[in-house]
Amino acid sequence: MNALDKESASPHGNRDAARPTNVLIVGVGGQGVLMVSKVLAALCQSEGFEVKQSEVHGMAKRGGSVFSHVRFGEQVWSPTIPRGEADIVVALEWAEGVRWLDHLRRDGGTFIADTQRIVPPISFRNRTRNAASAYAPETPAEVVALVGNGFALDATSMATGLGDRRVANTVLLGALSTVLPFAAEHWLAVIEQFVPAKTKDLNRRAFLAGRDWAVSAERVPAAVATDAVAQKVTARAIETAPAHLLTINEAWCKGCDICVKMCPERCLSLNARMVAELARPDACTACHLCEWLCPDYAIRIESTPAVKGAS
Amino acid sequence: MDHVLETRASARTPIAESSSAPTAQRASRPLTGNEAIARGAWEAGIRVAAAYPGTPSTEIMESLADYPAEDLHAQWSTNEKVALDVAIGASFAGVRALASMKHVGLNVAADALMSLTYIGVNGGLVIVVCDDPGIHSSQNEQDTRLFSRFAMVPCLEPADAQEALVMTREAFDLSERFDTPVIIRSTTRLSHTRSLVTLGERTVPPSGHFREDPRKNVMVPAHARNRHPKLIEREAALRAHFATSGHVRWEAGRRDIGIITAGTPYAYVKEVLPDASILKLPAAYPLPLDLIGRFCASVERVLVVEELEPAMETEIRAAGLKVEGKAFFPRVGELAPEVVRAGLESAGILEPQPKVEPWQLTPPARPPVLCSGCPHTMSYMALRALDARVAGDIGCYTLAALEPLRSIDTCVSMGSSIANAVGIAKAGTEAKPIIATIGDSTFLHAGIPPLIDAVYNDANITVIILDNHITAMTGGQDHPGTGRNLRGSETARVDFEQMVRACGVKWVRKVDSYNVAEMYQACREAAAFKGVAVVISDRPCVLDPVKIKGPPLEVQAKNCIACQSCMNLGCPALGWSEDMFEGHHKVRINAALCIGCTLCAQICPSDCIHPSVQ
Repeated sequence: MNALDKESASPHGNRDAARPTNVLIVGVGGQGVLMVSKVLAALCQSEGFEVKQSEVHGMAKRGGSVFSHVRFGEQVWSPTIPRGEADIVVALEWAEGVRWLDHLRRDGGTFIADTQRIVPPISFRNRTRNAASAYAPETPAEVVALVGNGFALDATSMATGLGDRRVANTVLLGALSTVLPFAAEHWLAVIEQFVPAKTKDLNRRAFLAGRDWAVSAERVPAAVATDAVAQKVTARAIETAPAHLLTINEAWCKGCDICVKMCPERCLSLNARMVAELARPDACTACHLCEWLCPDYAIRIESTPAVKGAS
Repeated sequence: MDHVLETRASARTPIAESSSAPTAQRASRPLTGNEAIARGAWEAGIRVAAAYPGTPSTEIMESLADYPAEDLHAQWSTNEKVALDVAIGASFAGVRALASMKHVGLNVAADALMSLTYIGVNGGLVIVVCDDPGIHSSQNEQDTRLFSRFAMVPCLEPADAQEALVMTREAFDLSERFDTPVIIRSTTRLSHTRSLVTLGERTVPPSGHFREDPRKNVMVPAHARNRHPKLIEREAALRAHFATSGHVRWEAGRRDIGIITAGTPYAYVKEVLPDASILKLPAAYPLPLDLIGRFCASVERVLVVEELEPAMETEIRAAGLKVEGKAFFPRVGELAPEVVRAGLESAGILEPQPKVEPWQLTPPARPPVLCSGCPHTMSYMALRALDARVAGDIGCYTLAALEPLRSIDTCVSMGSSIANAVGIAKAGTEAKPIIATIGDSTFLHAGIPPLIDAVYNDANITVIILDNHITAMTGGQDHPGTGRNLRGSETARVDFEQMVRACGVKWVRKVDSYNVAEMYQACREAAAFKGVAVVISDRPCVLDPVKIKGPPLEVQAKNCIACQSCMNLGCPALGWSEDMFEGHHKVRINAALCIGCTLCAQICPSDCIHPSVQ
């Protein structure tokens, strides 16, 4: 079935002419949130609506959380969408979708999210043995069930399958097109203005793939091909940190300072006799780095037997 | 209110329609507030424009540079004061000029502004200042409207992009007519919101020339004393002007509630309480108090809705009028429809909305990070290893204050780091090595005088100039250290090493930011040197002007001992793999993000990171 032939339900068209339609587009810096919102704004403009598109530049660009508000209608005053009044939230990354979900209307808001995961470096902060990375534990099925009208699609894998992961945004636009009252050909005409000429065909296929996916009854991909690591890590129950023992052989330590400088948790220091000591035992995660780096084999980390079994 | 545009609250009238110049066929285009300001200045026929980049104002000058070079000279200046002085010079010479900056930039330019307000203008002079309510990308959220009152300079507040264009264009007429600089106050929300704007034509006023008038142009005490009363007269004249300006909107609505507002909050009021009587003012300073008095008399209760400080509310109350405002609306942060609604609810004007139970969700923190391959990373790894007391500065590298680098102890304002370090050293309480870190653009902006100060006063500090050959944080603008100007032409390039030596620094070393051993060794020697030592950490930004992407590296999992020492870099390309080693995750490199800077490979104690074999 070709999505172009199918008349979509367009739940967010002309419901209440006086009230603008609010679309919140979110993602991670560098993903193309701005491009997606520009396409939508240009399309709404060409369909004769008043449009306001508002975003924040600066710090957000550096891999941080990025959002863009698009509002269109007969008349639009505020450039920002009030919390809880977004008709549609489009997320280019899973955890960002989870972060902004509360902006969605409770009565019939639509949630469209790519299930791909971009795990931020700070999520790997906890180095305690068997610690989990911090990432949104909510699964696509849970969130879709929560919002009622939700689409969690693996747009990045779909785009990779089409030949270039960078057209994931266009896949999402395809899905978005099924809930807005604009003709697919109009979408494609606008998208073509924003993409390099040689990728027109690819973007067309990506758009249709997203549209086809959304008009089919699926709400969650059959197999969520997400970052298996993060998934697994999150799923693992947080075990209690096992005991370990860091010992420094004072006779062998010559105070070279290497362990002090390299300790990720800054728990070692040189004492008055210029010998390394464990100044903050609570902060030690038993990462073994000092043990590995000590040129004089003066540091030993012993784990309790139970942990040895676990590894 | 004879001259005031009166509309019904329900009427759909574009905000600035009434005052835009008539032209046969008006083109319209979606523009951001910043682009609209640039367009308005171009239409007003400006000949000179100068700025130092700063979010959210940066795109104004970038947009002006898109207009033909024969129409106007646009430039990046070394700082905001220089930019304003350049604009003042152009105004002296009889042409229209503009300086643009972010709110804290006005602090730097303040010295010039406080004299300029006495001098007035020859060619029209407009200063665009972009505030950042909510502190999206700044060190504070100061309110420029208070500054304009302090300087007695009119402060126009456009509410949307269309009004930004028209007000900017007309600001030059206002400037010349009242012999005053004019501030256009934008905010992040206006500067970065795109909406449809009707364009006008460019009209260049007849070219002026320098007017010799020492009593006006030379601010010595005798002259300045005569100028001060003129400011008071000017304030009164402007007050009268803003009572009848075409940009005043008196929208008669409900008689029981009237709202006085200006700028972007107007849109929030229209969104939340469209049937109220609204008085939308074009300028927060000076206020047309007679008009406001008549508005207050026409309704039963008056609220002032303004972002940040009660600038209007305080003055209206001082005039003896009964208004309310900050009792219900916050003095901190950005206004938004929901914030205005909450204020109106607490004032008893709107019925409280039913509380929506928030969903219990747990998204991870996602603070901004240094890019993968960012040359700043190693400089801060070295300082972390040195366990130094580090005075930081403003730029991308301020992010090194966060985990895992966590190696910046202070950040005050542009160029503060070096003199802060001097003070820490002179206090004599610090046992750690005292180090100032400052980016190339920030060093040129405000870092040179404190470096001279440090040498002059023989401070025992180390200065690390993080030279990434660009103004990175604001999106990659050129500066005198890049050898290119705003329009991309080749120009003279500052040699940091020579400049630092000329300031009297005896210990200077330039090192490759990607060389872990060299960088650490240089920092160590510099810290050991008694006196001012300067390390120039030299590598181009990986994003601008050219996006750098080298062959990615790969972790050979069998050799990885999960020590996590590479994770100390905080590189976004590094993450945990599923493989474990003694209860810890081995590391995996995201090939799509890795640019091959090799820092992790140099740090790895088990030598398991190598170029990927493909």
